[in-house]
Amino acid sequence: MFSRLVNMDRRYVFILVALAVIIPMLFSVSLPVSISEPTQNLYDYIENLPKGSTIMLAFDYGPSSLAELNPMARALLIQCFRKGVNVVALTLYADGTTLASTLIKEVAEEMNAIDGEDYVFLGFRPGATQVILGMGTEIAGVFETDLSGKPLSEIPMMKDIVNYDQIDLLVDLASSATPDAWIIYANVQYNLKIGAGVTGVMISQMFPYLQTGQLVGLMSGILGAAEYENLVGMPAKGMQWINVESFVHLLVVLLVVIGNIAYFAHRSREET
Amino acid sequence: MDLIGIWVAAFLTLCIYSFLYRDNPLYRFAEHLFVGISVGYGIVLSIHQGFLPLAWKPFWEAITFKDPSGLWVIIPIAFGLLFFARLSPKHTWLIRYPIAVLIGYGSGIAIPNVLRANIFEQTRGTLQPFGKMTETIAANGDTIPALSTFEIFGAILMVIGVICTLTYFFFSVEHRGPIKGLSKVGIAFLMIGFGSAFGNTVMGRVALLIQRVDFLMFDWIASFGTIFNSIF
Amino acid sequence: MKRQIPLALCFLFGIVMIITQFSPHPVSKSIYERVISGALIIGPFALVLATITLIQTHINRIQRRTEHWGYSFVVFAGLITMVAIGVPFGPENPIFVWLYRNVQVPMDATMFSLLAFFIASAAYRAFRARSTEATLLLVTALIVMLGNVPVGDLIWNSLLSLTGLDSIISQNGPSSARGWILDNPNLSARRGIILGVSLGVISQSIRIILGIERSYLGGGD
Repeated sequence: MFSRLVNMDRRYVFILVALAVIIPMLFSVSLPVSISEPTQNLYDYIENLPKGSTIMLAFDYGPSSLAELNPMARALLIQCFRKGVNVVALTLYADGTTLASTLIKEVAEEMNAIDGEDYVFLGFRPGATQVILGMGTEIAGVFETDLSGKPLSEIPMMKDIVNYDQIDLLVDLASSATPDAWIIYANVQYNLKIGAGVTGVMISQMFPYLQTGQLVGLMSGILGAAEYENLVGMPAKGMQWINVESFVHLLVVLLVVIGNIAYFAHRSREET
Repeated sequence: MDLIGIWVAAFLTLCIYSFLYRDNPLYRFAEHLFVGISVGYGIVLSIHQGFLPLAWKPFWEAITFKDPSGLWVIIPIAFGLLFFARLSPKHTWLIRYPIAVLIGYGSGIAIPNVLRANIFEQTRGTLQPFGKMTETIAANGDTIPALSTFEIFGAILMVIGVICTLTYFFFSVEHRGPIKGLSKVGIAFLMIGFGSAFGNTVMGRVALLIQRVDFLMFDWIASFGTIFNSIF
Repeated sequence: MKRQIPLALCFLFGIVMIITQFSPHPVSKSIYERVISGALIIGPFALVLATITLIQTHINRIQRRTEHWGYSFVVFAGLITMVAIGVPFGPENPIFVWLYRNVQVPMDATMFSLLAFFIASAAYRAFRARSTEATLLLVTALIVMLGNVPVGDLIWNSLLSLTGLDSIISQNGPSSARGWILDNPNLSARRGIILGVSLGVISQSIRIILGIERSYLGGGD
């Protein structure tokens, strides 16, 4: 029995995983989510900015990470539009351009935010480090126009924004090492305050920067998105998905435990 | 989302999931279509958001004397064009010029910034908690309470962890005696670090799956109702 | 000419970037800004070259009739469609956006979501407590997994109230334990890695600028 368990076809595991997602999704489960300190810090930082401040939002991810980062971006945009904090959005990730522009337009429509007055989407430029450094001198030197081709000089919101000196915070929504680049170049060279929202894969790497204050706050994967939705008071996909996630995690924990029991039982039987 | 879009997206999603049963032509079709579409998307973005605004526009303005001061861009453009020497076996060596410029530039820019962000700041962060062992007064007059016993334990553990992890990566001396002991403790810290990374990676990957199932269940299957209603 | 000039260029740009970052003189600032703008211009050419290389790879596959060569036509069909619409009409064109949203986004997202199945299967088949180190890794992963989801705290709190231990042991154990692991032992390990890697980056950069490290020049004369 144990040897059969150890050598079970992996497709049975696939079926269990699929069921662990589908079944809880059919019955909408809602468990309370406690807010972690890094997420609370990011929320508070933006909440304490005066009306009319400007944050820069970097959509440094593509479709492969939209499940984790789109809910974060949505919650952040809602907070900014509601508070009257202006948003300068951009991406260092070619694949993220249309994704970001679509999402911003959707949220702006829901929140009655106006393009050019409450937000601007600059689009994409290749060469991450050069883009970060170039904007430190002059944003218009890198992005002469927004994505739609409108010169920054004609955009009301950008009238007084020259470089990072007029940006109160940068939030990097990242699926790769871009937060490191923002910290190393924008924070060190230009003293730009930085916050981040990252995918699950990257969470562990961010903690040294949190402790030193190089990151003012952090949203950690889909859990961070759910926490932020809670803080903003508009639970959406992040909250739904973290609840479904609970069941898959329980399944994986169970699989690891069963796998180990079966393995050690099988091994001890073989030894005797 | 429009109905055709939903069905196209659902078909391609299912094509890729068919790989879970085994490799098959539908999966291979979707996989190759994905490569083609995403490279095509990348080319368009590189041209419209990279090449045209950064290289072509200043070049055109310079040669048409709209902005002659911009003529200097000919130099980086010439270096950029040398990348294409790669396509001629006889002139491949010319690609070394733009690579050398970018590598030299990148190294020069990295040294002071990496030093400050990752060496000085991280070292400061490791030692900083020890400045809070007793109650202190901040610059703005606020009182900063002393660390609790558990926090002091945490601060000491952190220093031990950093030193031991660094020792594990220190290959200039043989790992024997006390060095071996430190390095073993370093491995334990690394294992905890990797374990937490694994736990977080599971969360990330599962979230991607949940998003796709959400799409299939609430967009695609829901579209059956729309079709049914429009027919009957 | 083939090796000495690139080495000299590398040295020159490296030194210039270091010096100009420290000097507040207007000339130095202007040089610094020009070099950054120049590097921004060179970048896109490398992207175009990468694309040409990919196209060449698929042309070779078709010419040599390697396994599954027919699918290379699918690659070209996708690529040409996107380029034919996107290059003349721009990335905001509705058909281009439609193709991105309904073809590229679902495939990219699905492709990566496959890993959820494989990571679960790997956890079942290979995640074994064979040694002290492996056990440490496994236990940490389990705690973090449970601490990452609300059900972890729910189970913990329910167990505490069932056993009557809720007055002695604090609530929300899994999420607190996860927080502490990430913020302490994980932080130490990651910081060790950051310090080690950064020292490596700095020493390698110095070697590159001084021409000691030349592997980027490739082989040949």
